[in-house]
Amino acid sequence: MSKHEQQSEPNLKPTVRPMQGPMGRMGIGEKPKSMKKALKQLLSYIKPYRTMFFTMIGFAMLSAALAIVGPKLLGNITTEIQKGIAYNPLAGTFELSINYTAIFQIVYLLIALYSLSLLFNVTQGVLVSNMTQKISKQLRTDLFSKMERLPLKYFDQHPHGDTLSRMTNDIDTIGQALNSSVSTLFSSITLVIGVLIMMFTISGWLTLVALVTLPLTSLIMGIIMKKARGFFRKQQQTLGQLNGHIEENYTHQQVIKTYRAEQEMMVTFDKHNKDLYQTSWKSQFISGLMMPLTTFVGNLSYVAISVVGGILAAGGSLMLGDIQSMLMYVRTFSQPLGNIAQSLTMTQTALAASERVFEFLNEKEMEIEEETKKIDQIKGHIIFEHVRFGYDENKEIIHDFNANIKAGQKVAIVGPTGAGKTTLVNLLMRFYELNSGSIKIDGIPTTSLTRHQVHELFGMVLQDTWLFQGTIRENLKYGNPDASDEAMIEAAKAANIHHFIKSLPFGYDMVLDENASLSQGQKQLLTIARAMVANAPMLILDEATSSVDVRTELLIQEAMDNLMKGRTTFVIAHRLSTIKNADIIFVLRDGNIVETGNHQALLEQKGFYADLYYSQFEEREVS
Amino acid sequence: MFKLFKYFKWYHWLFILLIAFLVYGQVQMDLLLPEYMGKIILLINQATVTGISQTSAILNEGGMMLLITLGSITSTVIASLIAARLGTRLAVTVRHALFGHIQTFSAAEMNKFSTPSLITRSTNDIQQVQMAIIMMLRMLITAPIMAFSGIRKITSINLTMSLVVVGGVVAILVLITTIFILVGPKFARIQKQTDDVNQVTRETLTGIRVVRAHHAEKTQETKFEHVNNELTKTQLFVNKAFAVMNPGMNLIMNGLNLALITVGAVLIGNNLLGSNPIEGLSLQIQFTSYAMVILIAFMILIMLFIFLPRAWVSARRINEVLQTQSSIQEGRVNDVEDELHIAFKNVSFRYPNADEDVLKNVSFEAKKGDMLAFIGSTGSGKSTIILLLLRFYDVTQGEILINGINIKEYSFDALYQMMGYVPQKGTLFRGDIQTNLSLGQKDVDEERMIKALSIAQIKSLVDESEAGLHRTIDQGGANVSGGQKQRLSIARALVKRPRILIFDDSFSALDYRTDRELRKALKPTMKEALTVIIGQRIGTIMDADHIIVLDQGEVVGQGTHHELVLACKPYQDIAFAQLSKEELGYV
Repeated sequence: MSKHEQQSEPNLKPTVRPMQGPMGRMGIGEKPKSMKKALKQLLSYIKPYRTMFFTMIGFAMLSAALAIVGPKLLGNITTEIQKGIAYNPLAGTFELSINYTAIFQIVYLLIALYSLSLLFNVTQGVLVSNMTQKISKQLRTDLFSKMERLPLKYFDQHPHGDTLSRMTNDIDTIGQALNSSVSTLFSSITLVIGVLIMMFTISGWLTLVALVTLPLTSLIMGIIMKKARGFFRKQQQTLGQLNGHIEENYTHQQVIKTYRAEQEMMVTFDKHNKDLYQTSWKSQFISGLMMPLTTFVGNLSYVAISVVGGILAAGGSLMLGDIQSMLMYVRTFSQPLGNIAQSLTMTQTALAASERVFEFLNEKEMEIEEETKKIDQIKGHIIFEHVRFGYDENKEIIHDFNANIKAGQKVAIVGPTGAGKTTLVNLLMRFYELNSGSIKIDGIPTTSLTRHQVHELFGMVLQDTWLFQGTIRENLKYGNPDASDEAMIEAAKAANIHHFIKSLPFGYDMVLDENASLSQGQKQLLTIARAMVANAPMLILDEATSSVDVRTELLIQEAMDNLMKGRTTFVIAHRLSTIKNADIIFVLRDGNIVETGNHQALLEQKGFYADLYYSQFEEREVS
Repeated sequence: MFKLFKYFKWYHWLFILLIAFLVYGQVQMDLLLPEYMGKIILLINQATVTGISQTSAILNEGGMMLLITLGSITSTVIASLIAARLGTRLAVTVRHALFGHIQTFSAAEMNKFSTPSLITRSTNDIQQVQMAIIMMLRMLITAPIMAFSGIRKITSINLTMSLVVVGGVVAILVLITTIFILVGPKFARIQKQTDDVNQVTRETLTGIRVVRAHHAEKTQETKFEHVNNELTKTQLFVNKAFAVMNPGMNLIMNGLNLALITVGAVLIGNNLLGSNPIEGLSLQIQFTSYAMVILIAFMILIMLFIFLPRAWVSARRINEVLQTQSSIQEGRVNDVEDELHIAFKNVSFRYPNADEDVLKNVSFEAKKGDMLAFIGSTGSGKSTIILLLLRFYDVTQGEILINGINIKEYSFDALYQMMGYVPQKGTLFRGDIQTNLSLGQKDVDEERMIKALSIAQIKSLVDESEAGLHRTIDQGGANVSGGQKQRLSIARALVKRPRILIFDDSFSALDYRTDRELRKALKPTMKEALTVIIGQRIGTIMDADHIIVLDQGEVVGQGTHHELVLACKPYQDIAFAQLSKEELGYV
């Protein structure tokens, strides 16, 4: 794709991550945009635990340092034995005078060293776990409370999955990296340096021989990692395609059956399946080679040390124990090197993850408001004055809108799907701020109230019946926790749901969760009851009752009528009777309020409303 | 798991044998290295004792060692290659078999397993099995060979020292098993608690307007704190357990080495190892190498026993599907007469494992050119009629006849060739408009597609794009609107020129005018076919020749709109509720 084409693609979702595939989760190859910035912010989370942090690093290094001495001392035991063997060429026999005191001294020393090393290592591990979990928890808490301080605009523009994945996957990645890579990094560095020093004290030549294999190891690892990364990426892609195909097929199996398209679908399936085979076996093979090749390089060093060490020892310049120690060191040498590489990659991935977490934490928040005006006895007289609004500053959708709604009046909001009926809800509830103009409640501009105060003035029943996990009682008293049980039951009765609740296993104390099989209609009735308990002077209502059977629909209509009594109400209207009886109708089209007035006045206007209304009439005559 | 092995062909088994052979060779070669090291030690001694340089002899041994190392890596690479290919091949074969098998499932089996579960079984579970097979082909073959060969070596050297190794092996097995017994159940809990954190977060996200409107941020925060705490606690436990495991394993390995060398020293001092002390020293150095091999072999084995059961569960889930047979058997009648007449005779239907019938004793007839409509509230059984007509289920009682022949007698080809089914939700597949319209058909000419598109009021979608009929459709039709999906699904049914057109509430996502235009354009087509419509809106079904009103599975009224509106109470109820609801703005 040429550069030009790329630019002509409109950037619809600016926050969709460019490389956010399964690869990111797999922890290979994802890089943060700005390493420094991400690191700095992550460090600010570590700061409160800095004592713990440095202790842990210190312990990790100490533990490694103690372990380093092991092979050398083990070699010394062998050397002691070798020294105690003398060959008597005359008798052709061996004479033994092994210094067991010296040997057991070394053994005791080693036991002490190993135990100390274990102690430091375990303490270090526990410290890290504590720190990591505290930081992860803190991050989650911060992320959650941040969620509540962000303007709604953010959530309307970003998919929920995006926020969810920051909450779980990204924080998880950070936690894992902190937990394993930081201490591993330091202990491995200590090991590498320590082992090098120990090897040099034994034999400079042998060390050089051992090191020859080093570049070979890194070369092999580098090639394999690169190959593996490519294959894994391809495997993920083909797997994604195959899974998509499977999902589509199983979900729509009935359609496929009636069109006898099974063969057709199988052909596509086999194609994806075959692609997957090719990428899959390669990535499996390559990643499976990692271990054997490390062993191979280890074996090469083993051979080299044995031979060169053997020649040196035969010349008398080296003891057998020295060769033995060297062999052990060489074995331990490649492991920390691999660990260093791995922890660096992990750290990189974790930084990329923390970058996403901090990106969210750094989002601009809503302003904090002080309560300056007390409100009591709101009647519900609402005035729209020269209201201008657009979701995008430059794209105004409501132009200079004026309306005067007296207390207790009903406003019907009508318009085709996607005309922006929720925009009005957003503005009334101050989920979004106006570009200019004002909305006044009983003469008070909503901007001089806190958002919380505005919210308290409205009861809300929306089409998506949102209930949370908790008892019915908690759900009903959600907006008004101080409400009495009597008031709650009263509301449930008015909402035609009391009898149903009573018929449930635990009545008002039944827990609502995924398993609770409430119908859509019953949920709707519960949200109506909730709005009644909240008992706000004004009301926002969505009449839509889709996928509800006729009987329930009548119950819902009745409940809504009860709820509207005596309240200034904005109804997203679907019933003709509601619309005809409304005091004012807002007619929406393409986000803008194109007409206002009552039914009669609007019909006389012969505008969009009249058009909509008559098109329906015409249909009746046809049938 | 082993049941899945039947998907291996006979020559695959030969390859598995080859893997075993290669692995055996590799292990033997690896175990030879310490032996050569032992020889070098003896040469060293000879040099010190005799004073004669042994350099060339040492180099000879070294050369052999190098050859062995190369031989070992070569067999490992070949074995890995075969294992990777075999494992993936098996996964591919099982996946193909599973997909094909699920294609034959009727609605009953689909519901029994549920679609999401079948998707997981065909994707994740197979991946799990693939990984397990490769692991088994590699490690489950390698580890026992390593262990046995190692044990053979050490027991031939010295029994006392072998007992020390047994101690080491037992210690490491106890350590790993204990930790996994402690930690194992916690993994499932972490998963559950992560789900909880997700649940509260998602709940708050989807309900953010309600949360804010009710100023309930604190309530949600308290809930979140709770699940957050729980998750943190479990994770802390698991991490601490692992913080003990690695250092513990290190200690055991180091301890074993130390013990072996100490015991060896004592044995050499008492002339109990080898024929002379130098040989003893050489054997002792070899011994520690073998001991490590044995230890590692057992560690691999126990890890396999911990991780493989997960794959076992996956394999069982796959087998469960493969062993389930479709409850619908295909008939043999291939020819369908030109005339068309369908009849439901006293049909009753009950879902598997349900207590009550969803349809009770339903009878009706219809012929070519008829428009037959069903109406009723949710749960009245109107959609079930279509499920039965399409033979997604077989009737429990009574019979369904097409041209006097029971639909069970027809072959699937004959039966479905008659049907043009438009489901409630527009259903599109990844591809383009053309592949979607010609689904299951061969050689459909463009003209026919364009005509169908224009009847379905969706021709504009093709006209407005340069790609025309080749305009791409994303998975699930994600790049077109709900209404467009529905109209494309209608067009697809029309392209097929079916004798029976079935609309399952297929106009619900269309706006008022389009709905009307579409039905007007459909009229000529409907004269040539038998049309079955299920509707929620009275307006959609009003002009049907024959309306059947269903309530709780029973027919409570039949007739035309005018007859029913006058005489049928349930129909009046629906009509009344809807006429006042006829909307200005469509949802």
